Amino acid sequence: MSSFRTRLQDDGVRRPSRGSPGRSAHGSSRRARAALPGIGAAVVVLAVGLSGCAGARIGDTNAAAGGGGGAGAASGECGTLKLAMNDWVGYTADAAVLTYVARTAMGCTVQQLPMKEQIAWQGFGTGQVHVIVENWGHDDLKAKYIDQQKTAVSAGPTGNIGTIGWWVPPWLAKAHPDVLQWKNLNKYATQFATSESGGKGQLLDGDPSYVTNDEALVKNLNLNFKVVYAGSETALITSFRAAEQQKKWVIGYFYSPQWFLSEVPMQKVELPPYTPGCDADASKIACDYPRYDLDKIVAAKFAKDGGPAYQLVKNFQWTNDDQNLVAKYITADKMTPDAAAKKWVEANKVRANSWLAGIGGAKPF
Amino acid sequence: MSTAAVASVPTWRRPGRLVASLAVLVVWSLLYLVLRGRDTLPLGETETTPLHQSFNHLSDSIASNRNSSPLFVYFFNYLQIWMTQFVTFVQSLISQPGFGRPAPLIGWLGVLALGGFLAWLLAGWRSAVLAVLGFAFIGWQGLWTEAMDTLALTLAAVLIAVVIGIPIGIWIGLSRKAARVITPILDFMQIMPTFVYLAPLTLLFLIGPASSTIAVLIYSIPPVIRITGHAIRSVPESTTEASDSLGATRWQTLTQVMLPMAKRTIVMGINQTTMAALSMVTIAALISAPGLGQTVLQALTTLDVGTAFNGGLAIVIMAIVLDRTTTAAGEGTERTFEHGLPPRLRWGVAGLGAIVTAVLVWESATFWWANTFPTGHSIGPSIVSGVASASTWIQDTFSGVTNVLKNLISGGLLDPLQTLLTESPFWLVIIALTALAAILGGRWAALSTVVCLLIVVGLNLWQNSMETLAATLIATVLTMVFAIVIGVAMGRSRRVDRIVRPTLDAGQVMPAFVYLVPFLVLFGASRFTAIVSAMVYAVPPAAKVIADGIRGVSESTVEAATSAGASTWQIIHQVQLPMASRALALATNQGLIYVLAMVVVGGMVGAGGLGYQVVNGFVQDRFIGKGLAAGLAIVLLGLMLDRISQAVASRVDPSGAR
Repeated sequence: MSSFRTRLQDDGVRRPSRGSPGRSAHGSSRRARAALPGIGAAVVVLAVGLSGCAGARIGDTNAAAGGGGGAGAASGECGTLKLAMNDWVGYTADAAVLTYVARTAMGCTVQQLPMKEQIAWQGFGTGQVHVIVENWGHDDLKAKYIDQQKTAVSAGPTGNIGTIGWWVPPWLAKAHPDVLQWKNLNKYATQFATSESGGKGQLLDGDPSYVTNDEALVKNLNLNFKVVYAGSETALITSFRAAEQQKKWVIGYFYSPQWFLSEVPMQKVELPPYTPGCDADASKIACDYPRYDLDKIVAAKFAKDGGPAYQLVKNFQWTNDDQNLVAKYITADKMTPDAAAKKWVEANKVRANSWLAGIGGAKPF
Repeated sequence: MSTAAVASVPTWRRPGRLVASLAVLVVWSLLYLVLRGRDTLPLGETETTPLHQSFNHLSDSIASNRNSSPLFVYFFNYLQIWMTQFVTFVQSLISQPGFGRPAPLIGWLGVLALGGFLAWLLAGWRSAVLAVLGFAFIGWQGLWTEAMDTLALTLAAVLIAVVIGIPIGIWIGLSRKAARVITPILDFMQIMPTFVYLAPLTLLFLIGPASSTIAVLIYSIPPVIRITGHAIRSVPESTTEASDSLGATRWQTLTQVMLPMAKRTIVMGINQTTMAALSMVTIAALISAPGLGQTVLQALTTLDVGTAFNGGLAIVIMAIVLDRTTTAAGEGTERTFEHGLPPRLRWGVAGLGAIVTAVLVWESATFWWANTFPTGHSIGPSIVSGVASASTWIQDTFSGVTNVLKNLISGGLLDPLQTLLTESPFWLVIIALTALAAILGGRWAALSTVVCLLIVVGLNLWQNSMETLAATLIATVLTMVFAIVIGVAMGRSRRVDRIVRPTLDAGQVMPAFVYLVPFLVLFGASRFTAIVSAMVYAVPPAAKVIADGIRGVSESTVEAATSAGASTWQIIHQVQLPMASRALALATNQGLIYVLAMVVVGGMVGAGGLGYQVVNGFVQDRFIGKGLAAGLAIVLLGLMLDRISQAVASRVDPSGAR
């Protein structure tokens, strides 16, 4: 820092006509021109002098590198795992634990690539993405990339069960328990009305990433509601949070597992039960959403090569409670995903070790 | 009918125009009452048409041609490789490990020294101090690496934009024909929402630096091209003729006469391009571009307003540093290093600065302490928690008032206009809007209107387009109300200007994602939230244009009015605003375009319309085609509104003569 100040001070030297502190400090000569070389020398000496007292040199000590990507490359065997990072917290929890295990127990280099689902699926074909660690249905993408282009394959379920449906804030479920039956919704339609719903009740739909049948549902169940597209998960969660705080009426499309449910335990509205095939014709749907067995999708070539990283991804499995716990570490406790993963793994060594079974070179926890 | 009115209107005098416009609106409303609900071309939000599906196949065909088509093998793939290498090179200079080292080549001390030194050379010591303090503050926020990633991407994109853009700009400056072909392409590049081409880009150029840079480039290159063209055209003909008559070749005239004269304006173009590039970094983060955009987006997944703000603040600071430095460099108004020094000393001082900088850069390349920004006393956590509690307080305190405001504007202004646009038969809307365009803007404006609207009909997105148009118009009106108030205050007082301007800059550069959460709490997921977000982005440029216009009114006129006993209100209302009417019209044009740029963000906060369709197309494979169509519809609405408002602007003359 001291060399800095010195440099900035030579601004004062620029105008020889004025008595500047810089000049007077070195004021051996009346003319700035004469002072200049002297100051220059002083500055250079000072700056170079700094290097004398300076500590670790870059490249000298490996220990100083810390935290970088370089560490894993040394072990070589596992290679690089390119992990797509879709942008919801549950996904982050899965990915963080997988990353932590791959790095610490297997010495893999893990590249976390933040991107939307659709882009990640595209990336399988070009070899830029190896793994999507939590996939919600996406039958259209499966048909396109698994069946037609054959660039991706499923690596089995994550063990997480996804539920999609209509939810209301807890205060409302408590004050009017019958709102949890779809048949009673029309009774409350006017309460749910907003500036956006044109006199009808508002059904708030959200993140376009998720498949929605809500327009068909509203029509086929003869509900006096209008689907309003909030357009993002941020908008949904913010609306729900505000509704609970201010005791406002809101009903919206949501899903579990989701970190927000541990902050505000939203209640699910019962729709006509799902039966296989009841959603075959999109325009005639009048039943609840199916249960989603969330699964892992990997690049076809990555699976075929069958390296240790693929083995780990294939073995990886846990429960909704596990995911919610790690998600809570990240959101409520403000831990970094890496620290959250470390905490969970250390408390669940047996489970983590079961994923490592049969992988050569892996060091169990 | 209203078509009959069109033919006779353009000859009317100005007060007549207002009457004629009102007449069109009245006739339209009456016809709406009769014809309501007919031919409204509805399409469900999750329905697609054959046209949209055929657009889908377009993107599929890219994927299947990746490694066979000669266009890929010989062009796109090489472009991708070259681009990746270039960006990676810039990154390994300042942000990422590279050149076989575990750290970037130039560490924080070196970047501060280099930044300060360059700003000093090009723009003077004030800029140098600002640059050093600004970047040091970003480091203090705990965001050094992220900020350098963002800076690397921005610099890479701006360098490429300058290398490609200035020659094209010179070309369109010299050739009217070239200008006529290229200008619409530039309009297209600026108005087309990035979300539309983000996914296809990753198919063409893979996920990574190449795609991010090209995405940034598409949005940010138009200003440097436009402004360079404008600069070349502005060189007086007499000057070039004089040069020609002295026997100079065309090349000599260009390089020795025109370019030096246009230099200052061209630098302004580079400034605009830099700002545009910086405003794209958050969106580029969606396709895994590293940097501050990631900080903001990741914070958003947990609704962490504080962290998002911290990241956004770093972007704002970087923007202000880059803006002030390039502006000062362009204007040459500040004292650069050579001012006030005898020639022999200049080189001595510059050389001294260079030596010091080189030493500091060397230090930062060699030692860890000068390379990795010290994390000990970061101010980041305090900013994060401070903003979080401030935002909670605002939400808790004002959400009652804001709800009333939302319902008032939505019910009183937005709903009637939207109903008129969406519930009238489409042909009636086209006729009425064309009539209005003819009255207000003249023949060419009317022609653009009818062509644009017919293509919108062809895109099968009529209803969504009209919803977006309604919200855009209301947002622009509200934007102008605020812009006039702020702009007049700034134009009348230098001090107000100095205080307000950084706030305006922040509004323009702060990623919208940062303030979406508090706005959502205040106004709910609604069209009004979208309108308010658009205003944050659009008021600054409009207010700046108006402030310029007010300042341009000659002092003697104002003084004359003052001595004639006019009150302040009378001076503003009857002297300054009418004389700045040209600026007002231009500001409206800017306001419209900026509001339109926020349509997609609006789609993410409950505004529906075309914005939602674009977002939907970005995240769902089935809707890529519909998203593309929605993007095109936004471009068409943009072209239409731009042509009308430009025509109006060119008609407005301060003397009122024409």
